[in-house]
Amino acid sequence: MSENQTEDLESFRLRARAWLADNIPKADADISMTMVGGDLSDEEELKVVQLNRDLQRKLFDGGFAGLCFPKEYGGQGLPSAYADVFNDEISGYMFPWRIQVPTFTPCAAVLLEFGTEEQKLKHIPAILKGEELWMQFLSEPSGGSDAAGALTTAVKDGDEWVLNGSKIWTTGAWWSDWGLCLARTNWDVPKHRGLTVFILPIHQPGIEINRIEMLNGSKEFCQEYITDVRIPDSDRVGEVNDGWTVGIRWMFYERSFHHSDLTVRPATSLAVDEIDTGLLPLATKAGRHDDPAARELVGEAFALKKATQALGHRIPQAMMAGTMNDQGASLGRLMAGISGVRETTIEFEIAGSSAVTWAEGDALGREGEAFLMRQSGCIGGGTTEMARNVISERVLLMPRERSGDKDIPFRDVERGRKA
Amino acid sequence: MELQLSDDEQLFYETTERFLEDKTPVAELRARRDDPVGYEDGFWAEGVQLGWTSLLVSEEDGGGSVSGKGLKDLALVAHAFGKAAAPGPLLGTNIVAAALSRSGSAAQKEVVLQGLLGGELIATWAHAEPHPHNGLGEITATLTKVGDGYTLSGVKSPVEAAAHASHFLVSALLDGAPTQVLIAAGAPGVSVTALHSVDLTKRFGRVQFADTPVAAGDVVGTPGGAAGEIEYLTQVANVILVNELTGAFERAFALTLEWTFDRYTFGRPLASYQEIKHRMADQKMWLEASQAMANDAATAVQNQDEDADVLASAAKAYIAEYGTEALQDDVQIHGGIGVTFEHDLHLFLRRVVLNSGLHGTVSDHRLRITDLLEAKEAAV
Repeated sequence: MSENQTEDLESFRLRARAWLADNIPKADADISMTMVGGDLSDEEELKVVQLNRDLQRKLFDGGFAGLCFPKEYGGQGLPSAYADVFNDEISGYMFPWRIQVPTFTPCAAVLLEFGTEEQKLKHIPAILKGEELWMQFLSEPSGGSDAAGALTTAVKDGDEWVLNGSKIWTTGAWWSDWGLCLARTNWDVPKHRGLTVFILPIHQPGIEINRIEMLNGSKEFCQEYITDVRIPDSDRVGEVNDGWTVGIRWMFYERSFHHSDLTVRPATSLAVDEIDTGLLPLATKAGRHDDPAARELVGEAFALKKATQALGHRIPQAMMAGTMNDQGASLGRLMAGISGVRETTIEFEIAGSSAVTWAEGDALGREGEAFLMRQSGCIGGGTTEMARNVISERVLLMPRERSGDKDIPFRDVERGRKA
Repeated sequence: MELQLSDDEQLFYETTERFLEDKTPVAELRARRDDPVGYEDGFWAEGVQLGWTSLLVSEEDGGGSVSGKGLKDLALVAHAFGKAAAPGPLLGTNIVAAALSRSGSAAQKEVVLQGLLGGELIATWAHAEPHPHNGLGEITATLTKVGDGYTLSGVKSPVEAAAHASHFLVSALLDGAPTQVLIAAGAPGVSVTALHSVDLTKRFGRVQFADTPVAAGDVVGTPGGAAGEIEYLTQVANVILVNELTGAFERAFALTLEWTFDRYTFGRPLASYQEIKHRMADQKMWLEASQAMANDAATAVQNQDEDADVLASAAKAYIAEYGTEALQDDVQIHGGIGVTFEHDLHLFLRRVVLNSGLHGTVSDHRLRITDLLEAKEAAV
């Protein structure tokens, strides 16, 4: 096949199918894929991360990494349909699940859109080879949803910037390599006009990483304290003080995981020849297989899952058809959050009392712990309240919320209750 | 509804949409509130000329579709019906047309199918049964072998357009095995009682068969061999219902969104309150998910995909639940005017609520999903 000729979808499918069968282990071969944070010791966690890097490298060596990334940066330069096909075919196989978010979306996506040629040539191939794992230095302790209210500050010093501040909710910063960072570069203009985006290596003097213990014992999330970290101007992404232009797209990409052609996400967790029986196995395990109440819950959860998938397919189609603007991605984010909440509740209900007290090794107990963490799916990656604001204001064009920081220098914005 | 229609499909959809806007505007729906048929003379026959009853009928039988995928086209018609809260036996006629085209005899096709295609007669599906036998798919009507033929006894309810149908496609058990028969409304022992309906213009009846004689030639398909056909027709029925429901939901959502901009309270539009904005955001999400599921179900049943049964039920379980919730929330957002007869909102609330209760409730379909998952699990 010549370089310029694009392989047709069906041949691509067959080639991917054969390659996966020969090169990638089945998902059930490794229990760690299904483990939630908090289950793993640090040693195990690092092993899982290494496994993800190795899987990414395998995809790269096989010519299946970055299917929709441009060829000049190590990708395959294929249209989205090829990513869809690959997601079908990789169902039931292991894949680099831990590094899709935030390395591919939003970080690599932001670099592709706003990075300099030099930045893209340096980092995108490294990302596609599993050599660079990225984190978002976005949220700050002073407020998660109001990302443009960043207090972390970069001050220009010759050809460099000096960064000070703190970032939070970075998943696995302690085992990641690079950070995409939103910082304030001008305090004397309204908040959106004084921001700039930078990239920086995470492990360097001046960055202290503190791991946050979640209520379920997980320590995947981190907070970083940044002190006098020097960043060359060549590691700036986008224009000075125009960081919000980047930020808006950054947050769009953050919401786009479920339909982005830059991510690998198996169409189902099952192999092609397996059948999705939803929560039926859980009902059986809980001894409630024949209980009509449990059976109705199984049906409800299944319908909800199908609805979430159907919406996930429709949104990018609507965007492509031009019947919805790209803010419609928030519909998928909202659906994932609230469906996830309901599904977690259903699992908890089916598990019954075994979810609140359980014997060592009883898998039903996991439903109780998951229930304690239920709301995390409506908080992380932008709260569902923010998604509802975006949908109502940007999709339905309803009036914007009044804000207390509009058109005043960021320095003068109130940041806490007055004594 | 499908997002990207071909030019032909778009034209087809808009033709029905405009026809309904013209023939059944809300004033007409209100005027037909107590009309026994629900629409003016000629409405149905004229609409049928647009292709409403031909979509599930093979070309050999005189049918045909726009896209080559009849059920997908029918889903468009159903969506337009929902958007207009239009009257007319769209479901009943199409189910009978599909059944006859697939497995009817030459004689049945000649009279009834041709009549359905021409719009001069109405035949409807007498499948559901009244409580306590109103569980989804439950059949207790019985065929008893008598000489060369049978007698039919049982009660079917609700039956769409029962009072003005000339024929009924009845599901009954012959020695315990599902069988379909086509019975003339004037046959001995057939009596129809009109039912009330939450909908303003959709008409339903309860049809009793008391030792109604059935000739061997009245059987549709094989005696005792209709289980698969009834399953298919149930899927088709739910595809029609959810697409129509979604059309009504879309219209109510648009009305309500408009209202939030028009209605001022405490010196500002309702649309400026975050509480209202967030609820409209939820509704938009439910609406888009409903559109996607209604469409996916139509595609799966059209293609007779392996998971068509589960997807049709998942669509019904989801759309009937969230469509109903959305419409109730629309009423709430409208306030007092939302519960008046004067406001148009209830026309769409009625259609959504009606469809949510026909051919399986939310709960019925959830249970059916689990049954189907179990059957698939056992088959592996």
